[in-house]
Amino acid sequence: MSALLDVAGLNVSFATRDGAVQAVRELSFSLSPGEVLGIVGESGSGKTQAALALTGLLAENGHMSGSVLFDGQQLAGLPELALADIRGARIAMIFQDPMTALNPYLTIGAQMTLVLKRHRRLRGAAALAECERLLDAVRITDARQRLRMYPHELSGGMRQRVMIATALLCRPSLLIADEPTTALDVTVQAQILALMSELRAEFGSAIILITHDLGIAAGSCDRLLVMRNGQCVEQGGIEQIFRSPRSTYTQDLLAAVPRLDAGSVRTPLPEAPALLEVSDLAVHYRVPGAGIASRHRTLRALDGVALKLVPGETLGVVGESGCGKSTLARAVLRLVAPTQGRVCLLGTDLAGLPEREVRPFRRDMQLVFQDPLAALDPRMTVRAIVAEPLGAFEAQLSDAEVTARISEALTQVGLDPAWMNRYPHQFSGGQCQRIGIARALVLKPQLLVCDEAVSALDVTVQAQIIALLLELQTQLGLAMIFIAHDLAVVRRISHRIMVMYLGRVMEMADAVSLCAAPLHPYTRALIAAVPIPDPQLERQRKRVLPTGEVPSLFAPPSGCPFRTRCSYAIERCVSEVPALRMVGNTSVACHRVGEI
Amino acid sequence: MSSAATVIEAPRSLWSDAGYALRRNRAAMTAAIVLGVLTLLVVFGPALSPYHFDKPDWDHIAMPPTLADGHLFGTDALGRDLLSRTLQGGRMSLLVGLVSTIVSLVIGIAWGATAGFIGGRTDRIMMRIVDILYALPFMFLVILLMVLFGRQIVLIFVAIGAINWLDMARIVRGQTLGLKQREFIEAARVSGVGTGRIILRHIVPNLLGVVVIYVTLTIPQVILVESFLSFLGLGVQEPMTSWGALVSEGAQEMENAPWMLVFPSLFLALTLFCFNFLGDGLRDALDPRDRSRT
Repeated sequence: MSALLDVAGLNVSFATRDGAVQAVRELSFSLSPGEVLGIVGESGSGKTQAALALTGLLAENGHMSGSVLFDGQQLAGLPELALADIRGARIAMIFQDPMTALNPYLTIGAQMTLVLKRHRRLRGAAALAECERLLDAVRITDARQRLRMYPHELSGGMRQRVMIATALLCRPSLLIADEPTTALDVTVQAQILALMSELRAEFGSAIILITHDLGIAAGSCDRLLVMRNGQCVEQGGIEQIFRSPRSTYTQDLLAAVPRLDAGSVRTPLPEAPALLEVSDLAVHYRVPGAGIASRHRTLRALDGVALKLVPGETLGVVGESGCGKSTLARAVLRLVAPTQGRVCLLGTDLAGLPEREVRPFRRDMQLVFQDPLAALDPRMTVRAIVAEPLGAFEAQLSDAEVTARISEALTQVGLDPAWMNRYPHQFSGGQCQRIGIARALVLKPQLLVCDEAVSALDVTVQAQIIALLLELQTQLGLAMIFIAHDLAVVRRISHRIMVMYLGRVMEMADAVSLCAAPLHPYTRALIAAVPIPDPQLERQRKRVLPTGEVPSLFAPPSGCPFRTRCSYAIERCVSEVPALRMVGNTSVACHRVGEI
Repeated sequence: MSSAATVIEAPRSLWSDAGYALRRNRAAMTAAIVLGVLTLLVVFGPALSPYHFDKPDWDHIAMPPTLADGHLFGTDALGRDLLSRTLQGGRMSLLVGLVSTIVSLVIGIAWGATAGFIGGRTDRIMMRIVDILYALPFMFLVILLMVLFGRQIVLIFVAIGAINWLDMARIVRGQTLGLKQREFIEAARVSGVGTGRIILRHIVPNLLGVVVIYVTLTIPQVILVESFLSFLGLGVQEPMTSWGALVSEGAQEMENAPWMLVFPSLFLALTLFCFNFLGDGLRDALDPRDRSRT
């Protein structure tokens, strides 16, 4: 079979103030019709730029060279107008963020018909009928009504489905999907991936799937191309790459991915006096309604959460967006005032205290943020950033003492103290996260809350930061609350795991039993949705994915919050909120826990 | 740190990046150089000029520009050297621009940052005060001040500053609301830093980019307002002068002595042009989204 796409010696460079930056070097690959090629690599590996170069969508200062033979036609050097004829019609693209890729001022129908008008000269009712057919194909219910909606009226998963439908409108022979599920919750991601493999059978398009997640690649791709620093490190069949990777980089990459089904797990710690005890914690926000006289609405971000943490222990908190995990972090740290409940740190209830009286406790509890760069003031040097907590609590220190403490903290997190006069933007994401951890540790706190602290990092960096946190914990005896949406990461670092959904605790157990024998249907769904970086296992998995998406916190379901997506729901689940009860060593909130 | 080799390469702050982008902007750099030259001229020119700005030269009344006597710009109807007067007027105009802007800057930043950062009821009360002050008619305020305190140049500073800080406060408050959501502010709160220090150490430095841009756009605006007041006869008083006052006089003598209108107008227009170009350049240089494209 002749190749659909043949790329040879592709180079992409960008002109910047520091001279030309080579984003892609001598990339060559080919793609057969109907084949799925995965391009994996960490951020900055050039995978997105390579895909953009194929379709002539490089930024203005970008320059490409090499040969891109698509269906016998040379795309490199083709004038913009000719490329535009091919883009959207024969090569379609799906982007990471469906919200920014859709025009907020146009209805779904209007944006979709634009494509048809441009490439197939279809207009009016005929075009709308075609759009409706495609929305049906991507399993969107009530397609006719959806066509009249605006992007913000749809959920994230629904928007990505619309993007896919739009891409398929002209039945392209090549579909380029750039991180199509990265912005989505893990259960929705699993739905979209399942949909894409179904559509592949139906439409027969070849797909280039760009992703940083080896688990996704394992489940969806026929062949894999591993990129690093703009170069192809290795390419080959999916089985071969996962079973016997040739390059050391691929081996490192595979080793760094935390897995849900393998790898070391920590065993629970023995009973000890609690460092932190949270009981019946609730955070409700009053959100003003629209209009002048309309009633306030209550947003229940967190309800009835209880937890206990002993020194040296890590509690993992997982859940999808809107499950209240960040609110929990902020309520524990008293960055938001709890509506009810107690937060006892070392025996003092912080929940009702005014901010002024909470401040002395802040030296014992610190936070590490998700976005490492955003959490550092861009106009301050690393020294000033790390010195800030010292200034607040140990103002009596002399300059030399402060420098010594900062050096100590930076060394602790594996950074060279000689870098302390640099600014945050001079560091990589992983290094910025280390700076954030150094700031959190400089006061020698007893409790460290990590809010998605490794989510924004590449897998190899992620593995390093996790190793660092584990090491610091044993060294300093820190208690940690580790919040993440990625169950595999949480499993690696936690002694115990708490699963949350719509502000409530669904299940809490030690890491081993939660992942091996989950009791709650939601925990099972989460585990089913996490892709496993093993092509054979991943394709053999039989899984029951939850339907639909996380409901709005403004209109939570009555009774059990998960019942709308749960295949085991009965009438009792509608009328009665299940209380947490102990089953063995697991506490779980489900009416049917013994039966299913 | 005991080892001596702690300090390494010079830090490359966001400001140095912006400085680089600005230096590459030819229009903005030209504007900056012209403004520099103008400022030097205006500051030192009157002292070097052979003619004092309010001493009439009785032999040359309303004389067109000439090289012969050193009246390069000619003289006005009272025989005063127009070059000296233009430079002196420039002093006044730039001074008004600078002082009023600084006044509005200090009040505006303090007010806006406080309101934006504290939020809630404090914010609502502070911003309603701004709204009420906005409703005061500017001309009415100026005339009222003139009537109450007589015609003093200080009053112009006060009046213009009192109106301009309102804009500044609104802009700063809007920026602060955005900054407040940023994670590094939360990080500072977690670190136990108090509200006052957060505003001073985090909010204000991060506002400066916007503020700098706004300042370069405010100065010409203030100069124009002063010119307008002087044109109406409410501004500076004879024999002291400003560009606005000179243009006003020139306009009256337009038919007999066009140079009296042309030269001050040229200076005024040139200055305004330069400030606007510089402001545009700064805005481009300080916008990180723009920088990623270059």
